[in-house]
Amino acid sequence: MSIHQRKATPKNGISKCPTGIPGLDQITEGGLPKGKPTLVCGSAGCGKTLLAMEFLVRGATEFKEPGVFMAFEETDKELAQNVASMGFDLPALCARKNLFMDYVRVERSETEETGEYDLEGLFIRLENAINAVGAKRVVLDTIESLFAGFANTSILRSELRRLFGWLKAKGVTAVITAESGDGKLTRQGIEEYVADCVILLDHRVEDQSSTRRLRVVKYRGTMHGTNEYPFLIGETGLSVLPLSSLKLDHKAPTQRVSSGVPRLDTMLGGKGFYRGTSILVSGVAGAGKSSLAAHFVRAACQRGERALYMASEQSPDEVIRNMRSIGLDLEPWVKRGLLRFYAARPGAFGLEKHLVTIHDLIIEFNPKVVVIDPITNFASMGTHSEVKSMATRLIDVFKSRQITAMFTSLTSQDSAPELSEVGVSSQMDAWLLLRNLESNGERNRGLYVLKSRGMAHSNQIREFLLTNHGVQLRDVYVGPSGLLTGSARVAQEAMEQAGVLQRKQQAQRKSVALKQKRQQLEAQIARMRSEFAFEEQGLMLGAHEMELQEKQIVVDRVEMGHARKADLVSAHGNGRA
Amino acid sequence: MNTTKEKSGEGKRKTARVVWNLRLYIAGETPRSIAALANLQKICDEHLAGRYRVEVVDLLKNPQLAAGDQIVAVPTLVRRLPPPLKRIIGDLSNSERVIVGLDLRPGKVSR
Repeated sequence: MSIHQRKATPKNGISKCPTGIPGLDQITEGGLPKGKPTLVCGSAGCGKTLLAMEFLVRGATEFKEPGVFMAFEETDKELAQNVASMGFDLPALCARKNLFMDYVRVERSETEETGEYDLEGLFIRLENAINAVGAKRVVLDTIESLFAGFANTSILRSELRRLFGWLKAKGVTAVITAESGDGKLTRQGIEEYVADCVILLDHRVEDQSSTRRLRVVKYRGTMHGTNEYPFLIGETGLSVLPLSSLKLDHKAPTQRVSSGVPRLDTMLGGKGFYRGTSILVSGVAGAGKSSLAAHFVRAACQRGERALYMASEQSPDEVIRNMRSIGLDLEPWVKRGLLRFYAARPGAFGLEKHLVTIHDLIIEFNPKVVVIDPITNFASMGTHSEVKSMATRLIDVFKSRQITAMFTSLTSQDSAPELSEVGVSSQMDAWLLLRNLESNGERNRGLYVLKSRGMAHSNQIREFLLTNHGVQLRDVYVGPSGLLTGSARVAQEAMEQAGVLQRKQQAQRKSVALKQKRQQLEAQIARMRSEFAFEEQGLMLGAHEMELQEKQIVVDRVEMGHARKADLVSAHGNGRA
Repeated sequence: MNTTKEKSGEGKRKTARVVWNLRLYIAGETPRSIAALANLQKICDEHLAGRYRVEVVDLLKNPQLAAGDQIVAVPTLVRRLPPPLKRIIGDLSNSERVIVGLDLRPGKVSR
């Protein structure tokens, strides 16, 4: 590779040709090596032909790169029929000159070999096909069939080597399929000739469920995912998982969504969960996980958001009926198209199929909230690591689309409640634990927030009640004998209420006594006042009398003076003295 | 077994009447194609004198003809008539195999 070319694509070093197959371009970081042959090998029936065909069809429809399909095993008609179910209309593509199909039939029994020959005929046909549509992509499926058609393998080998060199020189991106066997990638050792990129497909059965897997064995000059990735053949073609990115680069919204239970929101910093986070609700059987999930879903619908409820234990009808018993009617939301159920037995098909179905549903329905009830049911579907990787992918899908997801997880009675069976707890942002609290011969439900990333949350256990009006949370009393729940709590509540009443009565009594005292005092004051008034009156009366007497004395004196014919003035003056 | 005998008997009669139609596919005038044509002519003159017609198709000039007769290897000799269609690949240097491959009458095979 020249320096100039490297400059053109500085990141990956080599230029790539996107396949358009979901997931595959992510694993290969962009697609197959452009202008080079890629070997796709695998046992019979593992999807080689389909992968190759999808590469061409998507190339023609999505990337405007016409292709040539050279089939050695199936006729054009058979191929067209086989892929029609995936929505690939080969005859139409051929008619529009986006695709050229050529069926090469090599029948040993009809052919006699007499001396030297080469495969120039194949080259000429291929060139003719490439020129006919201006092909950028070429598929040879399955070129190893030639080994059955020709006896002289040494000629064949040298011709194949020449063919791959020729394809490279032509600059077409080629996919060559080959059957693997005898512990080798390909029966005839084609991988020796096609060295740039080798993809291995595999189809295995484990625990009676089959899984298709894809692995990039080799990819020269570029980074690529090296794991085995499950893939499946769905209604729209091939899908390789991971469906979403391999990176951890989700956005972290700060918006909050309600859990649907007001007091639970209070426990979560007063506002509920962060949008786009994953919430685990774990608990033993009958702890109320589904009920909590139903609240969550209903709250979303009430906000006008779409919600997807995936039930793997109950049918949608059962969920609706059972939730009605606690006063939650989900049916109107289903009718309004805000709530959708997806119910499937975990064992109905493989893990990957579930994952893809869920993924397709999410793309189609575009919910804001998803409930998976319960995720533990999938634990029986594969090995621990498989289930874990599936859960990881699910979480990845949800997070990348900012879907708030609630997973319920069934824990067995005797295992530690903090142990979630699927082993996904570390990937969860919030974890609610539902516990059974047994005391006084009764079982009560308790809820607490085990963790909730990025927010202050309550550390308290709340009693979790399933009432006619849905889930309610109550305070738990901590008494000398431990936690008080259920009837013990009710008794405690009654006791406290009695205490309150008593205190109230006491206060009332006291205020009555005070009132009485005041009345007594006031009466006393009134009496004293009236006594004083009486006395005052008496005194005042005496004074008046004395004044009158004084006046009378003066009058008398004057009159006496008159009678004595005394000088008035002097008499008066005397009188005064 | 009976039927096979009958068939071969029929074939014999047919080969006696019908003009053989042979087509040789080549890709350019390579030494190999020239050798093949020479070998073919020699065998035909020996076994089908006056009863054959050879058509040479150069795929470099007419590439679209390759698909029709399912040509992969060159040179390829195709016996178009009499039926059934037969195909022989290679430079036809092994004349014995050509004779067997073309189903020429065993009686006429030279030893």
